[in-house]
Amino acid sequence: MLKVEGAAKTFNPDSVNEVQALRGIDFKVEAGEFVTVIGSNGAGKSTFLNSVAGTFMLSGGSISIAGKDMTKWPEHKRAANLGRVFQDPLLGTCGSLSIEQNMALALKRGKRRGLGLGVKARDRKLFQAQLETLGLGLENRLADKVGLLSGGQRQALTMLMATMTRPDILLLDEHTAALDPKTGRKILDITDAVVRRDSLTTLMVTHNMNQAINMGDRLIMFHQGTIILDISGKEKKGLQVEDLLERFYTLRGEDVATDRMLFS
Amino acid sequence: MISLYAFMGAIEQGTAFGLMVLGVYLTFRVLDFPDLTVDGSLPLGAAVSAVAISNGYHPLVGMGIAVCAGFIAGAITGILNTKFKILHLLASILTMISLYSINIRIMGRPNMTLLGADTLIDQFIELSGLAPHFSTPILFALISGAALLALIWFLKTSFGLAMLATGDNPEMITSLGVNRDMMIIFGVGLSNGMVALSGALVAQNQGAADVNMGIGTIIAGLASVIIGETLFGKPNVTRAMLAALLGSIVYRIAIALALGVRLGDFAFTPSDLNLVTAALVVVALVSPQIKSGLLKRRAA
Ligand SMILES: Nc1ncnc2c1ncn2[C@@H]1O[C@H](COP(=O)(O)OP(=O)(O)OP(=O)(O)O)[C@@H](O)[C@H]1O
Ligand SMILES: [Mg+2]
Repeated sequence: MLKVEGAAKTFNPDSVNEVQALRGIDFKVEAGEFVTVIGSNGAGKSTFLNSVAGTFMLSGGSISIAGKDMTKWPEHKRAANLGRVFQDPLLGTCGSLSIEQNMALALKRGKRRGLGLGVKARDRKLFQAQLETLGLGLENRLADKVGLLSGGQRQALTMLMATMTRPDILLLDEHTAALDPKTGRKILDITDAVVRRDSLTTLMVTHNMNQAINMGDRLIMFHQGTIILDISGKEKKGLQVEDLLERFYTLRGEDVATDRMLFS
Repeated sequence: MISLYAFMGAIEQGTAFGLMVLGVYLTFRVLDFPDLTVDGSLPLGAAVSAVAISNGYHPLVGMGIAVCAGFIAGAITGILNTKFKILHLLASILTMISLYSINIRIMGRPNMTLLGADTLIDQFIELSGLAPHFSTPILFALISGAALLALIWFLKTSFGLAMLATGDNPEMITSLGVNRDMMIIFGVGLSNGMVALSGALVAQNQGAADVNMGIGTIIAGLASVIIGETLFGKPNVTRAMLAALLGSIVYRIAIALALGVRLGDFAFTPSDLNLVTAALVVVALVSPQIKSGLLKRRAA
């Protein structure tokens, strides 16, 4: 579904601020695979997701989605097949528009937007049914402005909007990090349910090791712009946070014992 | 107080400039794109239609050409901003300045009279059989009312919804597959098409097109939008646009009143109005900050 070859990204090349955020990444995801992504701050996780989405162009390498080479495609063209949820709940929705207007915008993802009515009566039924699955009571508030919703409600709505057209790939970048633990858990439950229901090919970035281990079928770890760990199948199921840390530090060639103290 | 005659005059002006105010609303409030092109596209619409009308074309044809010319001017500002990455304000100033030269080229001179030409106003007076100071406001109210309805409908379509979202959250709308650049180019074009149509009405009303008639358009437009929002509220886009149009009328009434003020030897002249309007806009923009500042101080 997703094939990345030799992906490299250098910010501010040939200047004092040069950053090599991605250093030649080869990575393949099969259709329906749910991959969790971990790595320390600045490891290149967001840069990787952004390159897949086309927020900026790669400095080298190629990206193809569903068999199509999209390396040079602008973001809005790739969007037809991509759903995204960001860390900031404000980013995924329009606060000045109503819930139904936001959902109508998402329903037309990647399609031609003509002069037909934006929110149709029959769409409302669909929106209500989808909002009911969230269990947040939003199905009765279709006409309310999204700006009135809480961060968690907004993120749940974004989750719906990102998945309602069954995108080829779903990109989640720390999408629960800005929420309180309880709301975050709720959003994760929704994520799991939707991804499983529609067998969505998913990349989910998280800083929570337990989430990374317990969710998804495959786990990858970024470090300094490369993928240093790629675990799937049985091996992933039996994984413990301890093992993960140990392998992380071994790969980095650092002393496990001293660093582990920082984590406890 | 204000006479009926002056009041009808204010309605006439308020609705003629109301199209311009709707255009300014579209760029400033919907697209979040401060667009100064309007100071050039208003006289552009006036010039284009005046030339067409005095060459014997039907006034409606002249107005149609004015809309197209205004659309192109706005689209150029949009292209300068999105494709060439020039700051929106600067991009619009560049178009506005160029239009000064272009408008003189179009007319062949800095101004052009429409006296004796068969304008839409003359035709409507004949059609309605009403006195000019009644029929003209009615005509302009019909035109700007129709434009308002069209704009309300447009912003309820799928395409219009995407335009609303473009101004609110460009990242989100891009991630939903909308080409933000095209939205801005089209939106600023549409806005200036309406402003040019406004210019065509004003020219027919004044009986002349003048290259300098656009000075201060943007400030008058902003003042009208702000007055409308303050007096009539903006709970949703439809109401906000209606408020903008009404704001335009209130603004022209306020001006008529200001021109009637006599304080001893002092009286406002029409040339003072830009200063007064700019001051009004500054007060409107600053007062929320002052208000919240006062509240904070009281709370502390
Ligand atoms: N637009 C940009 N311009 C310059 N440098 C950037 C830009 N975006 C990211 N970087 C740099 O690229 C590197 C990788 O950043 P990235 O955001 O991908 O990290 P991350 O793994 O997502 O980290 P975090 O866990 O903190 O979100 C960092 O050094 C960062 O400073
Ligand atoms: Mg990140």
